[in-house]
Amino acid sequence: MRKLPLDKRLRSFDEVALGYDLKEATLEAQRCLQCKDPPCVKACPLHVNIPKFIKLLREGKLKEAANVILEQNPFPSICGRVCPQEELCQSACALSKIGEPVAIGRLERFIGDYILENNITLPKKTVSGNKLKIAIVGSGPAGLSAAYFLSMHSCEVTVFEALHEFGGVLVYGIPNFRLPKEIVYKEIERLKASGVKFVKNVIVGKTVTVKEILEFYDAVFIGTGAGLPNILNIPGTNLCEVYSANEFLIRINLMRAYKFPNYDTPIKVGRKVIVIGGGNVAMDVARCARRLGADVTIVYRRTEKEMPARREEIENAKEEGVKFKFLASPVRIIGENGHVKGVEFIRMKLGEPDESGRRRPIPIPGSEFVMECDTVVFAIGQSPNPLIPNTTPEIKTNQWGCIIIDKNNMTTMPRVFAGGDIVSGAATVVEAVADGKKAAFSMMKLLGK
Amino acid sequence: MYEILEIKEIAKETYMAKVKAPLIAKKFKPGHFVIVRVHEKGERIPLTIVKADKREGNITLIFKVVGKTTLMLSRMSCGDSLADIVGPLGNPSEIDKFGNVICIGGGVGIAPIYPIVKALKNAGNYVITIIGARSSDYLFLEKELSEISDELYIATDDGSKGFKGFVTDVLKSILEKRGDQINRVIVIGPTIMMKIAAEITRPLKIKTIASLNPIMVDGTGMCGACRVKVAGEIKFACVHGPEFDAHEVDFDELINRLNMYKELEYQALEKYLGEKSEK
Repeated sequence: MRKLPLDKRLRSFDEVALGYDLKEATLEAQRCLQCKDPPCVKACPLHVNIPKFIKLLREGKLKEAANVILEQNPFPSICGRVCPQEELCQSACALSKIGEPVAIGRLERFIGDYILENNITLPKKTVSGNKLKIAIVGSGPAGLSAAYFLSMHSCEVTVFEALHEFGGVLVYGIPNFRLPKEIVYKEIERLKASGVKFVKNVIVGKTVTVKEILEFYDAVFIGTGAGLPNILNIPGTNLCEVYSANEFLIRINLMRAYKFPNYDTPIKVGRKVIVIGGGNVAMDVARCARRLGADVTIVYRRTEKEMPARREEIENAKEEGVKFKFLASPVRIIGENGHVKGVEFIRMKLGEPDESGRRRPIPIPGSEFVMECDTVVFAIGQSPNPLIPNTTPEIKTNQWGCIIIDKNNMTTMPRVFAGGDIVSGAATVVEAVADGKKAAFSMMKLLGK
Repeated sequence: MYEILEIKEIAKETYMAKVKAPLIAKKFKPGHFVIVRVHEKGERIPLTIVKADKREGNITLIFKVVGKTTLMLSRMSCGDSLADIVGPLGNPSEIDKFGNVICIGGGVGIAPIYPIVKALKNAGNYVITIIGARSSDYLFLEKELSEISDELYIATDDGSKGFKGFVTDVLKSILEKRGDQINRVIVIGPTIMMKIAAEITRPLKIKTIASLNPIMVDGTGMCGACRVKVAGEIKFACVHGPEFDAHEVDFDELINRLNMYKELEYQALEKYLGEKSEK
């Protein structure tokens, strides 16, 4: 797939992957073997009928292809961009056994953008009986997905968002160069057009309680995500210029700090940035910092092989000049007059596999070394947002703070459902979309009159 | 949306704004704060709620002009709207019958101390209030606080009103005379003042609560910009606080982090003033 030229990438936050044009999409679509019992459909958390939409695409029936996707996946423009297809549909593709799998994600994105450009919507399903009135808490992928499927079945849906923009992690977390804000806004506009109401600046648990919402709504869906950043409590953690990945990305993505002083929120990047972590978030942070002119090194405690980030993102980061240092873990952050001067690391070696199946990193005594830098960013994961469980004792959580749900995605509080990262801890956008979808159907099944 | 119903200068560089926010007004408790965004390209800043009118659906904020955002806010008029306001955030103050309580408000910290004094008084406490500022023109809410406090002391750095010196000097002299009768101290104001107050009460083992004012972005626990070290642990002022046991707070770290964006904040202010003078 065509990408933005490197010099442009380092000077802007514009999208890097440029997507297919019709010719490229048609050509790629022709590679699909049209398996009888397609493994890709089973591997897709949303069970999109992949061979069917690809067949329609190559026949030039784009609108019909769009309809096939929209039956199962409300946001192909988003999933086509950020799904780890290489671990899902594409890893199951029959062609992957003999070579390159069909680029299902790119084809999905192509149709997703076609849907947005041509404003394609599925007709609402007619439902007998009373219309359900549902409140959705959080406008991230789980909440938006639940809103879509409920609205499609003629429910009256209101989405409450704590921040001043809608989209959750899609806008505050994922940078514009990976998922343009415009795409998220357009998807939200589509939902608004289908009758979903959106209310910003409402913190459920604070501004209104879950109980108060239940007085006016038949049910509540909680999709408040994994918003709580993990920060290592090592010496120097609270020096200036030490950021959580969340803060770094919120400042840049949500608050547009990369446009400071035209936007009011500042960010300090400095000349040398160290990003600690190895996931997609670490890549996002590093690539943002590169665009702000810094020399960036990602330090990860295992090796490249164990990095949880998508290959594609690691490659993009490398192309953009991000450096990597493996098998090292931070011991302390060194400061001078309250400002960051460097990080002391200890070298690691890989031991036996741990419960995640990856080999456990073990520190090598006496192997400490120092790397100089101006800014440190911790990209070591997030935890579920505790705001609602803390203010709603009826909603029980497990030892990691994740909301406990039953097979219908219902919480321990009647008429309250949950899905996405608030339930799983931290997973992918597509899994959150799948959760929202499942919860939507459970709500209609259990509460539909 | 978030209409300004009233706005006026109540002391030097200090403004009071009454804003329409019915849901927040309904939930307000002393100690709560809101996050405000003044305009579409604006930053999110925390401001304390001074009072709320549940029936009329409005909240009153008091703020001091310290940078671009607060300057822009001070220049807004009745009928204008804020881009965003969200809350109430933070944990409310612990209000109980403690006995004899000293409440200290320094500078713009006089604003958040007011609802706490009121609530403590209503809970049956004997409340000694100490407020202070650089000079008399920076003082506000004196009348209101004198009405609800059992004793009110005023300190100004230049002696233009009340005691010449700091609120912490007044605290010290009260504690010297009747320290054994004081059950709790609540202090809100500049970080250095809260640190000094904590050092004064520490040897006397008087429970002291400080309301911290770190830099915040979202205010809901997502970013961690407001993290402070309390008893060696990392806490987020927005969700775990903003009030903490002052004897356990690492104030030096907080002071350092508060200065993090000084130069950039100045740059934003200069740019704004430049644009304004061109027009």
